[in-house]
Amino acid sequence: MSLKIVVLAKQVPDTRNVGKDAMTAEGTVNRAALPAIFNPEDLNALEQALRLKDAHPGSTITILTMGPGRAAEVIREGLFRGADNGYLLTDRAFAGADTLATSYALATAIKKIGEFDIIIGGRQAIDGDTAQVGPQVAEKLGLTQITYAEEILNVNLADKRITVKRHIDGGVETVEGPLPIVITVNGSAAPCRPRNAKLVMKYKRALGAQEKAAITKDGAALPYAELYDKLPYLNITEWSVADVDGDLKQCGLSGSPTKVKAIQNISFQAKESKTLTGSDADIEGLIVELLENHTIG
Amino acid sequence: MANYYSEVPELKFHLNNPMMERICELKERGYEDKGKYDYAPEDYADAMDSYDKVLEITGEITGEIIAPNAEGVDAEGPHCENGRVRYASGTEQNLDAMVKAGLNGMTMPRRYGGLNFPITPYTMCAEVVAAADAGFGNIWSLQDCIETLYEFGNEDQHSRFIPRICAGETMSMDLTEPDAGSDLQSVMLKATFDEENNCWRLNGVKRFITNGDADLHLVLARSEEGTKDGRGLSMFIYDKRDGGVDVRRIENKLGIHGSPTCELVYKNAKCELCGDRKLGLIKYVMALMNGARLGIAAQSVGLSQAAYNEGLAYAKDRKQFGKAIIEFPAVYDMLAIMKAKLDAGRALLYQTSRYVDIYKALDDIARERKLTPEERAEQKKYAKLADAFTPLAKGMNSEYCNQNAYDCIQIHGGSGFMLEYACQRIYRDARITSIYEGTTQLQTVAAIRYVTNGSYLATLREYELLPTLPEYEGYMNRIKEMTNKFAACTNAVKEMNDQETLDFLARRLYEMAAVNVMCHLLLQDSTKAPEMFGKSLEVYVNYAESEVEKHFNFIRKFSADKLENYRK
Repeated sequence: MSLKIVVLAKQVPDTRNVGKDAMTAEGTVNRAALPAIFNPEDLNALEQALRLKDAHPGSTITILTMGPGRAAEVIREGLFRGADNGYLLTDRAFAGADTLATSYALATAIKKIGEFDIIIGGRQAIDGDTAQVGPQVAEKLGLTQITYAEEILNVNLADKRITVKRHIDGGVETVEGPLPIVITVNGSAAPCRPRNAKLVMKYKRALGAQEKAAITKDGAALPYAELYDKLPYLNITEWSVADVDGDLKQCGLSGSPTKVKAIQNISFQAKESKTLTGSDADIEGLIVELLENHTIG
Repeated sequence: MANYYSEVPELKFHLNNPMMERICELKERGYEDKGKYDYAPEDYADAMDSYDKVLEITGEITGEIIAPNAEGVDAEGPHCENGRVRYASGTEQNLDAMVKAGLNGMTMPRRYGGLNFPITPYTMCAEVVAAADAGFGNIWSLQDCIETLYEFGNEDQHSRFIPRICAGETMSMDLTEPDAGSDLQSVMLKATFDEENNCWRLNGVKRFITNGDADLHLVLARSEEGTKDGRGLSMFIYDKRDGGVDVRRIENKLGIHGSPTCELVYKNAKCELCGDRKLGLIKYVMALMNGARLGIAAQSVGLSQAAYNEGLAYAKDRKQFGKAIIEFPAVYDMLAIMKAKLDAGRALLYQTSRYVDIYKALDDIARERKLTPEERAEQKKYAKLADAFTPLAKGMNSEYCNQNAYDCIQIHGGSGFMLEYACQRIYRDARITSIYEGTTQLQTVAAIRYVTNGSYLATLREYELLPTLPEYEGYMNRIKEMTNKFAACTNAVKEMNDQETLDFLARRLYEMAAVNVMCHLLLQDSTKAPEMFGKSLEVYVNYAESEVEKHFNFIRKFSADKLENYRK
């Protein structure tokens, strides 16, 4: 018995290594200064999906992502690790989406994909840190959700139940839910496995239509062009709003009630410092102070 | 994120050597696998791109998993429990990552699940891994024992065993015994034929077996009762699934702690013959050892790189007398020589691996069809070059990595003597490289006939004909002069006409040949990439020239009657 798994993944600017030029003068993220990476917690989610595929041979993993043409990279990275296929939601009308419009677009695409047992993604993306998209997708599809997952312990295909260990404050709890289900995975879950040599060699030329257009735009030939007809898996599917039968009003900027008023680039600095001796009185005083401002207690 | 491949641009330079075109052509049989396997290359450029990408995966795993685990693995080490080996937890993680990445059975044909990579990119992976954890490098690199099974085993054995290695099972080569170390002719492990069960049985003890609890063992054993020398030995395949071999203990070693060195007890262990009887040592183990020696050369270069990296970083960071210590001539001299030995040694390693690649690919083709006369000549030429260069690459790189590890600690000063810094682990790990798979002294024995029969000299003279940059003509002339001195010394020793004197002076002749070869290779590399190797060329030629001069003076003044003063 096998599973159909959809992994939600996002290409994000690598905000873990932010330099001085990370923000533009207008207060938006300077994407050119930050390398684009596979959102780290989405990689944790992919690993959980791959483990399910290992345990249930014949299962398929589909990567679903939304972004510009170059976000096809996320799908390739998924294929390199054992995913079976992927869809890139890409359309100017999707641009500028907040979490509501993003989850609308993803949910619409998932309906288009049709069959699925598990939809799994990272808890949150490191560019927005909202942790809203996963839960919103579940709501829009009317599915149960398990958030902050650390490990999928078991899938009972006969009863269509899944058991998941999830992270809670100060520990973990084990919960069970029905399939189909939406799961968001915490960064404390197992790291994703490395890219596989054979899969990299197989899929290294996989491209989306926009990537192909970017290569050939100045008249350059697409390397090994003949292979794309012969080997369909080298063509990464791009979906527009129309392809997923989306409602334009609910997509992108027009579907986003969130408006960014201003973004400030803040550098943390120590404002005051205090020197304490090891005397009982000083220690006593510090404990009282920390209790009062709720740092401890 | 550290990547041990892309951060060393010299590796990519060596990967892109023009000889690779011929190597790929042969290894891929004119790219006949395309369309048959979805990961087979379409053409030469595609194959090279794949090697580069797989090296990048290896470099990433090494940087993100193996390197951070190295200290823990060194401290924890493997344990022996109920006759089995339990690896250190970091080793388990490393292995798991390498297996999931599909980096096993790399050189094996695709029909068995391998990647069909030439030896050269595989050897680069071995170097990369060893730079982070030389001990883990052993466990992973022992996969190349499968080459010997592929070369000499039968088709039934190929189909049963090779796919398992490609899927990530590990190997060992069980050669050494308590009384048979360098002298493998004395191996006593007994192999007897069990008529009743129609199989061979092994009884006895092996010692110092790296990764001795491997899934698949190649075992050297005495199959011919009553014999005492190498002609009574055969090679056997022992499959751990059949049982009968237990690990009695794991050695407590100075370095490479992650690599379990085992004492094995064979109790009527079922096994099967690999190849023909009596050819175990004289043919198969020689092939096995040549592969392993290339592996140790790669491990040595990895360690040299690690020592250089640690030394350089510390010298830039450490301030004394108001400035970074790298500003002091005494320190930058050490670092420059470390880098020159590293670059020269790596050039020798990959020149050797390319020679091995060509002759092995042709050997393999010869098992499928008759070679053309041109191919036969090519096969012979490169087999000889590989045989001559392998002991140079192994011996010199293992000595260089020890020297670099020593200098790395020296640069660290007192801190280097403390156990907090990685340099102490590199120093301990490096120490074995000039000992196992044949000591440097035995590499000299393997190489000396190519000194006396003029092979090295002929190769050096051929190298003199290669084009170089006008500004490097001076180096070319100096190297020619060094080669003249090597030729003069060789003749002088031959004229002494005394075997013991030749044995006594062999190491000096060997080193003269080796540094001359490395000078040429660095000159060739600098001609192609002056910005990458130009400085090392200057430093290394200066160094090599003084080495040649030293040996020249010694040999010129030496005569057989002086041996008396050296004998105990």
